[in-house]
Amino acid sequence: MSPRVAILGGTSAIAVAVARRYADRKARLVLVGRDLAALEREQADLLVRGAEQVVLQQADFADLAALPEAAQAAWTAFGGLDLTLVAYGSLPEQAECAASAEAAAAALALNFNSPALLLGELANRFEAQRAGVIAAISSVAGDRGRQSNYVYGAAKGGLQRFLEGLRHRLHPAGVAVLDIRPGFVSTPMTAHLPQGGPLWATPEKVAGDILAAIDRRKAVLYTPWFWRFILLIVRSLPRPIFHRSKL
Amino acid sequence: MGVSAVPSRDHLGWGRNLRAEHRVSRPATPQAAAACAAAPGGTRLAHGLGRSYGDVALNPDGALIETRGLDRFLRFDPATGILDAEAGVALAEVLAVLARPEAGGGGWFLPVTPGTRFVTLGGAVANDVHGKNHHRTGSFGRHVLSLDLARSDGRVMTCSPQENAGLFAATIGGLGLTGLILRLRLAMMRVEGLAMEAEDIAFGSLAGYFALAAESEQSWDYTAAWVDCLATGEALGRGIFSRARHAAGQGAAPPPTAPRRRLPATPPLSMVNGLSLRAFNAAYRRRLGSSGRSHAVGGYEKVLYPLDAIGGWNRLYGPRGFHQFQGVVPPADAPAVVAELLREIARSGQGSPLVVLKGFGDLPSPGMLSFPREGTTLALDFPARGPDTLRLLARLEAITVEARGRLYPAKDSVMTAETFRSGYPAAGAFAEWIDPAFSSGFARRVGLRP
Repeated sequence: MSPRVAILGGTSAIAVAVARRYADRKARLVLVGRDLAALEREQADLLVRGAEQVVLQQADFADLAALPEAAQAAWTAFGGLDLTLVAYGSLPEQAECAASAEAAAAALALNFNSPALLLGELANRFEAQRAGVIAAISSVAGDRGRQSNYVYGAAKGGLQRFLEGLRHRLHPAGVAVLDIRPGFVSTPMTAHLPQGGPLWATPEKVAGDILAAIDRRKAVLYTPWFWRFILLIVRSLPRPIFHRSKL
Repeated sequence: MGVSAVPSRDHLGWGRNLRAEHRVSRPATPQAAAACAAAPGGTRLAHGLGRSYGDVALNPDGALIETRGLDRFLRFDPATGILDAEAGVALAEVLAVLARPEAGGGGWFLPVTPGTRFVTLGGAVANDVHGKNHHRTGSFGRHVLSLDLARSDGRVMTCSPQENAGLFAATIGGLGLTGLILRLRLAMMRVEGLAMEAEDIAFGSLAGYFALAAESEQSWDYTAAWVDCLATGEALGRGIFSRARHAAGQGAAPPPTAPRRRLPATPPLSMVNGLSLRAFNAAYRRRLGSSGRSHAVGGYEKVLYPLDAIGGWNRLYGPRGFHQFQGVVPPADAPAVVAELLREIARSGQGSPLVVLKGFGDLPSPGMLSFPREGTTLALDFPARGPDTLRLLARLEAITVEARGRLYPAKDSVMTAETFRSGYPAAGAFAEWIDPAFSSGFARRVGLRP
């Protein structure tokens, strides 16, 4: 049977790269997102690339009340799922979040509340099914609160704790939970930043790592691999030194 | 839809011999790309995977619109082999997705592919590229059924031999000057086996090459020869003739969509010099052993894309980069003219291991500025060593012009406006189709644009 895969935030660059790899595996895909025209572009592409079926569902992930319905629709498209990937999020300006509670609330909601609630809805179904993989893209920014982006970092850190708890709970049911922590990835979300250099990775590279981690039912993935060590250092910096840094 | 343009010095031709600053935008959708084509401001030009050697894909001090974000397939009909895709899809991706062997080993294949699969569809159209099977299938543009072109006035024009035919003919081989290609429709080629049967045969002189070329064109789909550019006298033009054809009933998996290895860094000096050239050519010439022949059946990667195995091989030429010369001369005088070119190169002691000789068939190219025409084409690299290299290139250019031949803009970084006009008599008519907001280093150099 071809795998049933739901990608929430189906037009993000990493999501697209992951979807292409599952298309190559002749998967049946559900893409959920806000922009239907953008989803249709991916649908056509994925069908040529070998996907057996691509179902599109429109949802606004910032609308928390609509999440249960979005989860139900994704779950029932093929009568259950083998994999779900939560790939949406936003990269807010820290200064704007510090100045405006409204901006901070929006960033926290889209990067934490929304994926947590959505994953909670899906987790109940995966637990009953007693099989499958739940994966979500958090970030290396969630590993330690830093002055440069702690609102985003807090939301992603919260998501890391949520996934950790979910993993604990779903372990007896045989459901794997993968916490994906990418470093700098060249995507439209980061297009305004100066890119290039050894720390920047392509979505294709990150997607390759994600599929390998899913296939091996890993718990936490740093991608590319060296971020594990960078973050190990960042987390272990003693506070007096850390406070003098501009990280 | 706004896409911000950022200043960058990262965009080079494949020959890496020209450094320039560009404002670069990276649209992620065709709509955003069309908006970039129509944005106010200075001149602009599409830039794909950067495999053109000189300045046809550069627009120094102007804007570049990167097309790699336009990498979606739109539709493929496995009954007819007709593919619709966005212009930033790489040939490597077309092969990976569509050239999968069916039960009998056959399948759909690119009708034309250049010596690298890391070019975009849009770039293949804009340079009207050719491959080792030119004598069978002609140039890439012959297989393009239609394309959508974004112009600076905001219009997106569908062009084909039937619709906007003039603009279509100008855009095939039009070096990106007629607008931004957003998507295109390509007729793929049906083959009975995706694997290839390949033969290599050593020849001792230029006459040997022409004899093998004449003999092979009937029954071999793909032909080209490597030439030892150091040989002189009786041995002038000696080399190895390679010919291949699809092996019916045998499949072959597509090669990877990225190079298997990468050159980790640019060496401080060119690794291609007199010494390494002598050593390489001596070893390469003898690789077939005493029989002077080899025969193999297998995947097509080694036949069509030997250089793609190592990513960034162009950096072997060091920080100063290199020039490529590629010209075509009409068939009647080809043996004499090629001999003259090779003598000139051997005398200079420059040159490189990469020397390709190939016959073009008589299938007409559809573009006004298409390079391929009936005759013999010679291509080779020269490490950039300043005035000596430029003098040699000017001499080769003069020989080609005198023989009523022409140079390939996609490879060139030095030809004069006079050389361009003499090789491309349709240049004047082509100028009418240039989009006023589009330009390139090449276009300014040869006088197509002010």
